[in-house]
Amino acid sequence: MTSIFAAILLGIGVLFNLFGCIGLVRLPDVYNRLQSATKCVTLGTCSILLSVLIYYGFNSIGVKALIAIPLLFFSATVAAHALARGSYQFGIRLGEKTVVDHYKDRKTLEEGGKNEISEDKRDQGSTGIPVHTGIHK
Amino acid sequence: MTEFLNILLYIQIGLVLLCLYRIVRGPSIADRMVGIDIFGILVVGICAIIAIQTDRMFILDIGIAWIILSFVGTLSLAKYLGGRRLND
Repeated sequence: MTSIFAAILLGIGVLFNLFGCIGLVRLPDVYNRLQSATKCVTLGTCSILLSVLIYYGFNSIGVKALIAIPLLFFSATVAAHALARGSYQFGIRLGEKTVVDHYKDRKTLEEGGKNEISEDKRDQGSTGIPVHTGIHK
Repeated sequence: MTEFLNILLYIQIGLVLLCLYRIVRGPSIADRMVGIDIFGILVVGICAIIAIQTDRMFILDIGIAWIILSFVGTLSLAKYLGGRRLND
């Protein structure tokens, strides 16, 4: 009985990994790719580790899988958030179908209501995407 | 059960190849970083499936160490990309 339940959880985990990697290949923008891939692959891998815990019970190997689950949750989410914030500050532009940009408004509010963001002389990450005229300069 | 585990292991290795496609053919540098991050999470699933197949416990230790190293590497690359300051 526990073997059948562990096999079902293992199949669910690999299926979520498959959906996340299809999103990683086919979505058009950096932020869309990071959203899809991080959420789906984190849930799928945690499901695989939970199936290891159910298959072995509370032995030495099952407890190691139980330790690995919160580590994976917190590390993957914090890394994805830092990566999104860093890639926005580097100057990688949003996709051409993106309409709203809350982070730019927050930055302009923190700078005292100026309507322009101070430009650095760094390389503006060549995405090959045409600039949307309503959002970025 | 063993044939089922073999099929899932082959599917997972194919997903690693999809991540390598994104790493090679990403337009910008952040795309390659996302690919490296997802690659580091998928290897943990491969380690767990091999640990079920062979009944050995040290392979899951390799997975836990891989989680921590991937986390530190992605954070350092993201801070390098965001700017030169580390006191944000």
